[in-house]
Amino acid sequence: MRVMAQLAMVMNLDKCIGCHTCSVTCKQAWTNRGGVEYAWFNNVETRPGQGYPRQYQDQEKWKGGWALTKRGKLTLRSGSRLRRLLNIFANPDLPAVADYYEPWTYDYQNLLSAPPSDTTPTAKPKSSITGEDTKVTWGANWDDDLGGGPEQIGKDPLLGKLSEQVKLEFEQTFMFYLPRICEHCLNPSCAASCPSGAIYKRAEDGIVLVDQDKCRGWRQCVTGCPYKKIYFNHKTGKAEKCTFCYPRVEVGIPTVCSETCVGRLRYIGVLLYDADKVGEAASVRDEKDLYPAQLGVFLNPHDPRVVAEAERAGISGEWIEAAQNSPVYRLIVDYQLALPLHPEYRTMPMVWYVPPLSPVVDVLSQTGHDGEAVGNLFGAIDALRIPVEYLAELFTAGDVGPVRASLQRLAAMRAHMRKVNLGEDVDDSIAASVRLAPGEIESMYRLLAIAKYEDRYVIPGGATSDAHRLEAIATGCSLDGDGGPGMTAFDVMAEKFQLVDTNGAAPADKSRRINLLDWDGVSTEGMFPTDGNGAAVKGAAVKGAAHEPEAIG
Amino acid sequence: MSTLLWLALPYIALTSFLVGHVWRYRHDQFGWTTRSSQMHESRLLRLGSPLFHFGLLAVIGGHVLGLMVPKSWTEFFGITEGMYHFVSVSAGTLAGTATVAGLAILLYRRFTVPAVRKATTRGDKVMYALLGAAIVTGMVNTVGENLIGGGYDYRSTVSEWFRGLFLFSARPELMADVPLSFQVHNVVVLVLLGIWPYTRLVHVFSAPVGYFVRPYVVYRSRDPQRPDANRYARAWGDQHE
Repeated sequence: MRVMAQLAMVMNLDKCIGCHTCSVTCKQAWTNRGGVEYAWFNNVETRPGQGYPRQYQDQEKWKGGWALTKRGKLTLRSGSRLRRLLNIFANPDLPAVADYYEPWTYDYQNLLSAPPSDTTPTAKPKSSITGEDTKVTWGANWDDDLGGGPEQIGKDPLLGKLSEQVKLEFEQTFMFYLPRICEHCLNPSCAASCPSGAIYKRAEDGIVLVDQDKCRGWRQCVTGCPYKKIYFNHKTGKAEKCTFCYPRVEVGIPTVCSETCVGRLRYIGVLLYDADKVGEAASVRDEKDLYPAQLGVFLNPHDPRVVAEAERAGISGEWIEAAQNSPVYRLIVDYQLALPLHPEYRTMPMVWYVPPLSPVVDVLSQTGHDGEAVGNLFGAIDALRIPVEYLAELFTAGDVGPVRASLQRLAAMRAHMRKVNLGEDVDDSIAASVRLAPGEIESMYRLLAIAKYEDRYVIPGGATSDAHRLEAIATGCSLDGDGGPGMTAFDVMAEKFQLVDTNGAAPADKSRRINLLDWDGVSTEGMFPTDGNGAAVKGAAVKGAAHEPEAIG
Repeated sequence: MSTLLWLALPYIALTSFLVGHVWRYRHDQFGWTTRSSQMHESRLLRLGSPLFHFGLLAVIGGHVLGLMVPKSWTEFFGITEGMYHFVSVSAGTLAGTATVAGLAILLYRRFTVPAVRKATTRGDKVMYALLGAAIVTGMVNTVGENLIGGGYDYRSTVSEWFRGLFLFSARPELMADVPLSFQVHNVVVLVLLGIWPYTRLVHVFSAPVGYFVRPYVVYRSRDPQRPDANRYARAWGDQHE
């Protein structure tokens, strides 16, 4: 047994209202700059729908993820290592910007500068890539709320796997939202496709990151990721991806997408898993066995043997405790409510989803039934074969069993809690029918419905030797800086967050290197190391640059 | 003039090439990339890029054989001048044609596809001009001089001079009577080598050969104070192919 810790996320799709707040706040935080205008580390897509980029789930076309060879070995779907390198000069399976969408802005200046005329001036759309006039024909969520009708929705690759009759009924009955970030997989195919070895999985928390210094722009990872969650920055020539907001989770606060989620549907917690079993679990022959196989990789953090092994592996007490209190573990393992997204890609994804029951309830209510009664709901889950089959294509490689079981537990919880809330006699058989005790169903309800911030996000702090050093920086008096009393609070913040060349927050050995965070895609100001007197940078960066790096040594 | 062109220029260019790469590797890892434009246009690239790159790899291989292997060695193995000439001209013409065709497609693409044109820097344009000139003059040498013309035995002049540079016994006088097209080719290539490390051509020196030997999934510790002793440490019993 080789215990490793992983930060994982669960999203409760029942609560997603498709408001895109997570996408917008993520974009503001991470991709609001040149070269990645088209990139959404977090996006919300309507299912059924084509997704973003268009039809990314069609792996016959995009060749993402892993496949089994005839001998049962895992290999990249896009081909062997040799084949990948032979294709290095022109990747045959690379989505173009147009497959995402051509980003655009509007010529707002024209509204102010247009000469007097009989007609109202307009702000024409301009391509963010060429700067020329463009036609807006597609976007990251163009088919939101089934927009575009059957003509667009029919291109959903998952619908193609269901029968024709199912397709037709589907559009009348069902719609839900699917927020997506990087899955931070246990067996990441993006990292495996990277010729330079620039993509790595962090040993401490399992976050998958791209080393911007090591990336050479071979763009094989874009193909390798079946979720298409690696984006090529066409200005810097480097791959970029969701970072699980590691600067935030390192200090114990949730990712931006989770923090700002209006529906409070995201949960973050630690999972312990057995790294020795990952390869075996990812290569089980039947795709439908991948979900149970992945469950088998997770370790019970309450088991004393697991705790002992975790300690031996150098996992801190704080992390083990977080794993024991992990809401993610409860949703995935204890209640088996949450399911992985597309386990058939064999990447062992670590962002899981509680399937949505609400559409089933809605259909019942619309047809005059009591949408909360357990008998009605159980019947409806099976009668509405369509959503169950569709959800199974998303979450269990087509196996309806686990999806049905999860929905039944959600249904039983609704029925049980209604009786509790109305003061009726609680019928213990409801809980028993989904193999839960009444107490368990109530604590499941609390976790899903009313869990507070600290219950939804159980994130251990950094717990590294750096913690005290960083603390010392944060409490240092800003007036000591070169800017003196003139230095504003904004300058201090700007200095902390722009890792300028002599920024105190940067590790001492990396305090004089070129950095990406200041780049706006146009000017190189603030990107290059200066000689210490800040000659090459202006504004806040100058003040930051004037600090002596020894101060943090 | 001869000393300037065939003694000073090569040493300046090769020093710039060497020192430039070391400097850039140490100070600009972030800028070390192919700067691929495939996201903007794929159809022409998939035609032109493999033609160009594989062609150029063959061309470079040919140069290594022609410049670095002394005539006496090939003669030792019983390869006559006639045989050498035949192989070098036929293989060179083939590889050169692929390279030129590839480059033509890539340049057409670069200047006609708006998004790709927009992504072209001034440095790129200078580099393309030199690279194009190097390849065109090289083709003139191979096809013009050696295939159509009588053939020129560059191995007793250009190659000797070139090897001399590395043995620090350069003989610039060897280059004095070399045909003009060879001289122009050499000067253009030397200038190209001189600016090489400051252009996107650096991506040549990131050929990912390590990909064959490393495990599929790379693990790294978060703690910068304690780098992984074995950077590509195996994470688990490898079930991968």
